[in-house]
Amino acid sequence: MKLSSDTIRKMINSIQSTRDEELSCGHCYDELDRFIEMKLEGKNVAEAMPLVEAHLNICPACREEYEALLEALKAMAG
Amino acid sequence: MQMRTNQEWLSDLRGDHQDQAIEDLRYVLTRGLTYALSSRIKTDLESQVDDFVQDAILRILDKMDTFRGESRFTTWAQKVAVRVAFTEMRRQRWKDISLEDLLPEDSGDYTPLVLSDPSPDPEKQTAQNMMLETIDGLLKDDLTDLQRTALLAIIHGGMPIEEVAIRMNTNRNALYKLLHDARKQMKARLLEKGLTLQDVLEVFENE
Repeated sequence: MKLSSDTIRKMINSIQSTRDEELSCGHCYDELDRFIEMKLEGKNVAEAMPLVEAHLNICPACREEYEALLEALKAMAG
Repeated sequence: MQMRTNQEWLSDLRGDHQDQAIEDLRYVLTRGLTYALSSRIKTDLESQVDDFVQDAILRILDKMDTFRGESRFTTWAQKVAVRVAFTEMRRQRWKDISLEDLLPEDSGDYTPLVLSDPSPDPEKQTAQNMMLETIDGLLKDDLTDLQRTALLAIIHGGMPIEEVAIRMNTNRNALYKLLHDARKQMKARLLEKGLTLQDVLEVFENE
């Protein structure tokens, strides 16, 4: 099975970010609206909601939705 | 558009002002989704957003009881709309692709890893091969078939987790747990072998 160096790096990065305790996608989704409002208010979300922050750093699908939601909310506010 | 508190949104959507509240919600969601998806959808953005918003409104009306009031109602509603849109976009994008398509060189029996872009530097190439052998051993010996397939489909194939979950007859949360267990297992085994993750990354860093 051929893998690129980039794939190996992604795999190792995801292993490196692994914590004993992590939120599931569902729990992250439940918290996302609160998390994103704190982010938009300029609060330190990494400190306030570290498990959500960690999940978003390791789950590309949730990250993608988070970034789109952030853009949507900025449009709504603008 | 009328400004509303969370409580007003909930009562209007449930009560006598439902039609106007739905139209106001449609305006909010359409504006947000159009902006968020404009870089991701190249054709028929307006009609696709209209469809996503219509589905999202139905979902929101159905799930209003789950709104916990920890954010603005419109933030929660926009979150639902984004989830509806991405679920559909991913379904369309990946509809004709199977897990086997993503792992074309694995015909059932596990085939050892080979680097498709080895370093031109012979010393580094040797180090890469040794590290690859270690990672190969972890994938082959420490993970179940399901864990290995899911991990490679997502990391190597780029398939979103919910699409992998559908193909494995499971759900996004259960698959995340399976992958979390796999990552923990690999992390522990690498440390047992005396390798830091930084060691591995350095060997595969960009030339």
